[in-house]
Amino acid sequence: MAAEKFETSLKKLEDAVSRLESGELSLDDSIRVFEEGIKHAAICSRKLGEAEKKVELLLKKRDGVLIREDFAGEDDM
Amino acid sequence: MVMTLFSEKKILSVSQLTSLVRSLLEENFEHLWVEGEISNLSTPSSGHLYFTLKDSGAALRCVMFRGSAKALRFRLADGMKIILRGRMTVYDQRGDYQLLVEYMEPQGVGALQLAYQQLKERLAREGLFAEERKRAIPILPRTIGIVTSPTGAAIHDIFKVLERRHAGLHLLIAPAKVQGEGAGAEVAAAIRDLSGYPQVDVIIVARGGGSMEDLWAFNEEVVARAIYDSTVPVISAIGHEVDFTIADFVADLRAPTPSAAAEMVAASKAQLLADCASLQRRLQQAMDQRLSAARVELHYRASALKSPELVIARMQQRVDDLSQRCSATIERTIGELRRQESDIRSRLRLSSPEQRIESDLERLATLKLRCQIAVKSSLERCGGTVAHLAATLDALSPLNVLARGYAVAELLPGGTVVKNLCQLQPGDCLRLRLSDGEAVCSVESLSPGRVDGLDSHSPRG
Repeated sequence: MAAEKFETSLKKLEDAVSRLESGELSLDDSIRVFEEGIKHAAICSRKLGEAEKKVELLLKKRDGVLIREDFAGEDDM
Repeated sequence: MVMTLFSEKKILSVSQLTSLVRSLLEENFEHLWVEGEISNLSTPSSGHLYFTLKDSGAALRCVMFRGSAKALRFRLADGMKIILRGRMTVYDQRGDYQLLVEYMEPQGVGALQLAYQQLKERLAREGLFAEERKRAIPILPRTIGIVTSPTGAAIHDIFKVLERRHAGLHLLIAPAKVQGEGAGAEVAAAIRDLSGYPQVDVIIVARGGGSMEDLWAFNEEVVARAIYDSTVPVISAIGHEVDFTIADFVADLRAPTPSAAAEMVAASKAQLLADCASLQRRLQQAMDQRLSAARVELHYRASALKSPELVIARMQQRVDDLSQRCSATIERTIGELRRQESDIRSRLRLSSPEQRIESDLERLATLKLRCQIAVKSSLERCGGTVAHLAATLDALSPLNVLARGYAVAELLPGGTVVKNLCQLQPGDCLRLRLSDGEAVCSVESLSPGRVDGLDSHSPRG
């Protein structure tokens, strides 16, 4: 699971777009910003594409340690 | 039993009497319901409560031991009107009778409602409900924490909505009792467990509908504090009622139902995909534009660099063009000047003074001649006239007159010419001018008589 939050990537993508659209960047900067934007667009797409649905229970053991368990009560879904 | 006591003359000790009285009271005054006003409240650290219950006529000492006092959901205060249930007993050491309180509730308002109001005011004053503190719900949380009963209706409602909206979400459920004894503590613990848990970006606290008692756990202070202390935003989705629990006030967002909470938390996947696609398109377009702008500039600059000969040839052409235009202009200007000069010359010629001088000289000659002729004829005329006048003059000349024998008489001294007799007296000296000289004479006598024979007094005719 990627460390970066979807929101952060989306925001960075938006920033890249508006900077590039401003037309005030040099060619070098434009290319750099573009690559940055593409990278974040890819992260966003991937996160959205993650079809992995996971439902777990968080349980506390006797010694206070937390563990995760698959949630069993999804039979009616 | 009492009657037997007093019928015999038995001597009792204080303890015995007290004990008897206590038994009497305890057996006959059980399960009492009493109402009154609290005063002299004392709440020592032991946890027992001591106060006096009074009305206008009497007062009663009360004690509520810690075991019963713990269940109180509201705080006591002097002046508070309450209803209590208890039984009478005696505090042996002091011989005080007192009411042992087992249960208490405020008069008028329900205990629960009072507790709710008191806590709400206190937490509001502390700032737990402040708007500024509330955080935004993340768009696509990595993990959604849910505090709820694993078997309740709330969790199923949430699943249904998430299935429809966005299947690929990671849910982490921290199970907790949502009503009854100890529910508040469990809910609070569950919230705290999820709050620190890695990747949990939002927490939903959910339970289905119920009465105020059913929802009571979410009015407890522990729950409020757990929500407040959470490091991630908390959505409260408690009940289906219109009334708010205290958890609803503290939460970052309140959802009217668990389904609504699920809607809020899971933005439409399709919408997000569309947004990302649109951003990516714009990114590409902006880049393309930037590149083509750069290409145009490059092309422009490069074409200028293409061949220096071309540049030079162009420059030469320009020079030629300019110099040709230059010559043309010079020629035109010179021609113009020449034209002007000849024009001026002809005008000069036309108005030249030579001709004038000539014609004037001619005129002068003519005039001179006329003048001469005129003078000549004038002189001739004059000569004629002079001769005529000379002749006349000669005829009239006094010399001729004198030559004929007349004389001019002048009276001396003075020389006045004598014309009349009256000018003379005998003896006057006269000078006679004759044609060839003068003679001085004296007058001897005078006799009037005109030469022409007329009378001297008659007018001359």
